[in-house]
Amino acid sequence: MTKHIKIINPHILDYSAISKLFLCLLLLCTGCDNSPWNNPYPNQDSAKNIYYDSFSERPKHLDPVSSYSSNEYVFLGQIYEPPLQYHFLKRPYELIPLTAIELPKPELFDKKGQLLEEDANLGTIDRVKYKISIKPDILYQPHPAFAKNASGKYLYHDLNTQKLSNIHALSDFDTVGTRKLLAKDYVYQIKRMAHPRVHSPISGLMAKYILGLNDFAEELSKIEKDNPGTSFIDLNDYELPGARVIDDTTFEITLSQKYPQFLYWLSMSFFAPMPWEADYFYSQAGMTEKNITLDWYPVGTGPFMLSENNPNLRMVLERNPNFRGEAFPSEGESGDQASGLLDDASKKMPFIDKAIYSLEKESIPAWNKFLQGYYDTSGIVSDSFDQAVQFNLQGNAELTDEMQEKGIRLLTAVTTSTSYMGFNMADEVIGGDSERARLLRRAISITVDYEEYISIFANGRGKPAQGPIPPGIFGNVQGEAGINPYVYQWQGDRPVRHSIEHAKELLAQAGYPEGRDNTNGKQLVLNLDSPAAGPGSKASFDWMRKQFAKLGINLVIRATDYNRFQEKMRKGTAQIFQWGWNADYPDPENFFFLLYGPNAKINHNGENAANYKNAEFDELFNQMKSMSNGPERQAVIDKMVEVVRKDAPWLWGFHPVGFSLHHQWYKNAKPNLMANNTLKYKRIEPRLRTESRSLWNQPIWWPIALLIFLALILLLPAIISYRRKETESIL
Amino acid sequence: MMPVIFVTDALIFLLVFMVVVYVFYARQHEHLRAPWHNVSSRPLAMSAAIILAIYIVVGLLDSLHFHPKLEVTKSSDTIYSTEVSSVLDLVLGDLHQNTERTYSAPLASYAFAKEMIDLPDGKQTRTYPRLKYGGAHLDEPATDSAADITKNIFIGCVFGLVISSILLGLITFILSKAHKTSFRRVLKQIYKNDFHVAWTAMIITMSLTIIVLTIVYNLAQYYHVFGTDKVGQDVLYQAIKSIRTGLVIGTLTTLVMLPFAIMMGLMAGYFRGWIDDVIQYLYTTLNSIPGVLLIAASILLLQVYIGNHADDFNSIEERADLRLLFLCIILGITSWTGLCRLLRAETLKLREIDYVQAAQAFGVSNLSIMLRHLLPNVMHIVMISIVIDFSGLVLAEAVLSYINIGVDPSMNSWGNMINGARLEMAREPIVWWSLAAAFVFMFVLVLAANLFSDAVRDAFDPRLRH
Amino acid sequence: MISYILRRIAYAFPILVGVNIITFILFFVVNTPDDMARMQLGMKRVSETAITKWKEERGYDKPILWNSSSESLEKITDTIFFQNSVKLFVFDFGRSDSGRDIGHDISQRMWPSLAITVPSLLLGLLAYISFGLTLAFFRGSYVDVSGVILCVVMMSISGLFYIIGGQYLIGKFLHLVPISGYDTGFNAIKFTILPILVGLIGGIGASTRWYRTIFLEEMGKDYVRTAKAKGLSEARVLYQHVLMNGLIPILTGVVVVLPSLFMGSLIVESFFAIPGLGSYTIDAISRQDFAIVRSMVFLGSVLYIIGLILTDISYTLVDPRVRLN
Repeated sequence: MTKHIKIINPHILDYSAISKLFLCLLLLCTGCDNSPWNNPYPNQDSAKNIYYDSFSERPKHLDPVSSYSSNEYVFLGQIYEPPLQYHFLKRPYELIPLTAIELPKPELFDKKGQLLEEDANLGTIDRVKYKISIKPDILYQPHPAFAKNASGKYLYHDLNTQKLSNIHALSDFDTVGTRKLLAKDYVYQIKRMAHPRVHSPISGLMAKYILGLNDFAEELSKIEKDNPGTSFIDLNDYELPGARVIDDTTFEITLSQKYPQFLYWLSMSFFAPMPWEADYFYSQAGMTEKNITLDWYPVGTGPFMLSENNPNLRMVLERNPNFRGEAFPSEGESGDQASGLLDDASKKMPFIDKAIYSLEKESIPAWNKFLQGYYDTSGIVSDSFDQAVQFNLQGNAELTDEMQEKGIRLLTAVTTSTSYMGFNMADEVIGGDSERARLLRRAISITVDYEEYISIFANGRGKPAQGPIPPGIFGNVQGEAGINPYVYQWQGDRPVRHSIEHAKELLAQAGYPEGRDNTNGKQLVLNLDSPAAGPGSKASFDWMRKQFAKLGINLVIRATDYNRFQEKMRKGTAQIFQWGWNADYPDPENFFFLLYGPNAKINHNGENAANYKNAEFDELFNQMKSMSNGPERQAVIDKMVEVVRKDAPWLWGFHPVGFSLHHQWYKNAKPNLMANNTLKYKRIEPRLRTESRSLWNQPIWWPIALLIFLALILLLPAIISYRRKETESIL
Repeated sequence: MMPVIFVTDALIFLLVFMVVVYVFYARQHEHLRAPWHNVSSRPLAMSAAIILAIYIVVGLLDSLHFHPKLEVTKSSDTIYSTEVSSVLDLVLGDLHQNTERTYSAPLASYAFAKEMIDLPDGKQTRTYPRLKYGGAHLDEPATDSAADITKNIFIGCVFGLVISSILLGLITFILSKAHKTSFRRVLKQIYKNDFHVAWTAMIITMSLTIIVLTIVYNLAQYYHVFGTDKVGQDVLYQAIKSIRTGLVIGTLTTLVMLPFAIMMGLMAGYFRGWIDDVIQYLYTTLNSIPGVLLIAASILLLQVYIGNHADDFNSIEERADLRLLFLCIILGITSWTGLCRLLRAETLKLREIDYVQAAQAFGVSNLSIMLRHLLPNVMHIVMISIVIDFSGLVLAEAVLSYINIGVDPSMNSWGNMINGARLEMAREPIVWWSLAAAFVFMFVLVLAANLFSDAVRDAFDPRLRH
Repeated sequence: MISYILRRIAYAFPILVGVNIITFILFFVVNTPDDMARMQLGMKRVSETAITKWKEERGYDKPILWNSSSESLEKITDTIFFQNSVKLFVFDFGRSDSGRDIGHDISQRMWPSLAITVPSLLLGLLAYISFGLTLAFFRGSYVDVSGVILCVVMMSISGLFYIIGGQYLIGKFLHLVPISGYDTGFNAIKFTILPILVGLIGGIGASTRWYRTIFLEEMGKDYVRTAKAKGLSEARVLYQHVLMNGLIPILTGVVVVLPSLFMGSLIVESFFAIPGLGSYTIDAISRQDFAIVRSMVFLGSVLYIIGLILTDISYTLVDPRVRLN
């Protein structure tokens, strides 16, 4: 008898053994302290002054001259320092010097080289010069490219594959060095825009303005062709008339025409300094094979440096020990004092030691980790919105009780971007200058109920657009005067969409009564091209079809991949499309140029996706472009807005309102949609964070214990009956 | 009404035709009749078959497409809408049209989230608005809806019982005629579960499903039984419409690959030599490419084709249908190799058997040996692989939709529903009904298919059990 | 034996060539080099010259399969296909279209994949075999019947539900492990628990049922009856004979998947943000990085073929009657 039990026992133990193993594993990885079990970071880091955030898409380029997307600026903005920056607190957005001593003033010259007045006639201007002086004594981050030996020779400037055999990452170089920031580094970077090996997205645009950039590019590519196999061209050896070094701390940029928006570009990382040592260092043989490139390991003067670059897992920024220290702004908008944003005024930045960005491709885990306290800030995806935010009786957004209990804070800001639906003006049915097409477009403009769209798909986080210019950009008019009379009327205190009957009337006038073509009686079929294919896209497609069905129009959604969509846009074979634009800089020119005729997608490969062309508008655009903000400019802008509203090449769509959440231990949060270098202003209180985390993440065990218990209970009768059977067979 | 026949519709009806032919063929051949007879005696399998039959009927109804007529206009000639409906849509009635603004919970009368509402006195307030259709017949849903729902469930139950008793009577009557016994006796036999064919299980399953269907039907008149989705569409409707997609993927994929698999498998096993080498090379090569990559590339390929021939596709349904067909084909390409290999091995064995050798000696042509002697003897393998693959393919659709290489996003499918519902899980309070509906519908189908295929496999080949 | 293996390896060559041609054609019908350039260069303000430059740098400006403008042999060699595919055979994967060294990436991302797949496989075998054995042991009783029904039920649930459910329950509700992510070294363990668990539960249905039938078949054999007749207890028969003999088909079945463990799991990795080769592949597809896709397909094929060869060898080891020729 006893013999059998012995044999059976290990069998039962199989299950408890598995659960024990599971327990052991858990214990192993969490250690024996009190800290939460689901902490995705090492526990010893909890008390450190580290900022935690996530990123969803790996950066493609970290070379400041090629990078042009916000997910790259998150890192680059902290590392590289262009001459100018936006003031962190002040609104409207204001440019202030970063490495420059002061904001450069444009000097206008005519053909003879005579200095002109600021308001000189456009036709007489031949050259515009910006002289920029940078602060002395700015140092680069420690980097092997600067490392020198005792005799002053660069340590790592004669590398080859053999010497690199033990090097796998930048951190494997033993010695690092630094040097002072010089004016020639800025000029070097401007020259890199024309480098045949580097792709700069703005080189085409800048070639229009910076003197001689085009010729310079040709010269460089000729040099490259003549010397095949050379990986490094020392740009200091070649002259670019548009960018010249004057002395160690001064350089001069010359434009071939007046371009007031140029200053904004000077705050973007395209114009960050690039030391020639770094360029040379990375271009040595064998480096690219090791993935050690300038595109991967930035070298800057900013408050932070990239210490770990593993976009499959995480990106780590660490405090740059050589950073000169910059003072937190001591003045801001009214109200900033009260909200504590000036508490740190004049203190030396940066405040945090390290910033860890973890890869999160799925929005749900990212959101849940934020709630558990493992990310310091978070946006709100549409589906977790109701959990986080509710609207009070006045219709203002406020946090739900759950969030308030956790001490989470909410920030909102109307973004300087626009999300619109465009008509291809080159299309036969929907486009063109005919009255029939215009009425059709206007009927659709009224019908597609963006208020509903915003409330369903963006949880009310958007402002219906009245024209191309978003609020917060010069030229936008608020209130009754600012509504689009073709779509809205003013009722009481808010704009109200015209009735659907009005739209139907317009449609009938256009020759499509009840959505049927009066020439052949067929139902009107329109096509919407969209590259969207995510989980949420079906819902929005269904909604869009519902809108057009109100007019009796059958909308066919042509969902394609992104490349095909782009191709259709280039060829102009799309009919209706959805698109958006995010401002490069806070100036109306950056929105109107999306409708400027010579910028059409077709033939010109520009950014005017609707291929809109209107002579009057184009002329006004050229006039508006070089004006400075004031009532005169506003008058021109009003005229332009009226023209495009009448033609309705876009459904103006809406301006998204950005909602962001942060925990109470995260200080100095203020939405700034233009600045990219905001990490240095941020402060963290790690103690509060550690406490909250362990409060929120108490492991719950009983369901697992219950499960194991149930399994045992279920198995017990079988074992008993088996034992009885065995006993019987022996008897 | 102007009928439209999509490619998949045509193939589905071809499949139905083939099944009918097979049934007639099988009735006349003992070696096929016997295993089916065996299957019919298994209660679990026959219950599963009833469930499958209901799904298939829904799928077939949804495969009869047409352009509905538009309301009469001034002009005399009739005009058809460019949109496409199916007979199933007629059966489901207003379910499709009854859309709310956005989310609403199952059987709710109020919306899921608060909204700004204009009061009659011009003021605004923030509250849960009444739904346009769900519980619209009630005056005070807050207090009445529970009672009303119970009442409707009860009515549905009664109706269901009535219909199932009529059905029971009908079946008993037919059986008594067929067995030439009295009505009472048959009834008693059914009660005692005394038939070779598992009638009792079938009748119980049928009654239960009928009761569930009548309850749901009854409730659906007044409520959204499974709630509504983000844009206010009825989730029940989507789940029902997804049935066709699931069935098409599960069956057409096999149909598309069968000719290749059978032909290649037989040829490789029968001819051996270089033909065998070539065919083996072909399937090893195809097999060694990771399937997902092959599918992804092919779906992109199709999108290019549709993009370049945009004018040939007038409706969203046509595009979706082509993509569905293409998905079936490409899934077929990645899955035919398994069957082909099995057939090859079996044929290698069969060709050594006396009567094949004899036929060769008599100079019978290779083609007719393959068709008349080999093919019938491997059909059980084909049969088994069809039923086993079915459930796997239905499940695969969901996974493919997750990585955006499944069916067209505009098409109703469980994969698309799950994919959309992933994000809803993060809502608080949680929006669970889309996921639940997709889960229930898919689970029932796959479970039924698994149970049925187990029985088929056991009946046809007890040796091939694994 | 060695000559057999050598022959099998030689046989693998034409297969790999075929695989290469198929992926190549599929990808280039869909993606012109122009598309790839645009995808890599970003979306705002991309000029034609930049595209041409990009193609030149990566050799995508050459004809795809046949270069009619070149001299004799170069007609074949000076093409995108030749330049990009031949190097794969010596496992030189070259650089991805975004400029990273693929071999380096693969050697890094292989480990997270293995950290998920290897424990999944081992724990899975342990769990499924013991479940299967339990069901076989109690065959015919309510444990067996309800166990089999449970298996069929679990098989009928889409794997996505397990992932979504597991993440919701264990990660969010019970706070036992991090919801997603990964770390290096020992810190990785807590991240792997949830994906491994989800993988285990997802596979229970099909595997347990399969193993149960294997054990049942084994139990029906003559030697078991003889052993019982000798008076050995059932438990002892089960452990000493049935388990050992049943393991043979199970383990030989496992051998074929061993090499492909390197490839990781596409869905699990992207759901749990694990930086393995599975998510590498998915990313490459969505970013249309042809160089990576091609390398991964090639690697997958090689591993698959190795798996086939290993299976054959394991058969001879297990059963001396099988001769390879």
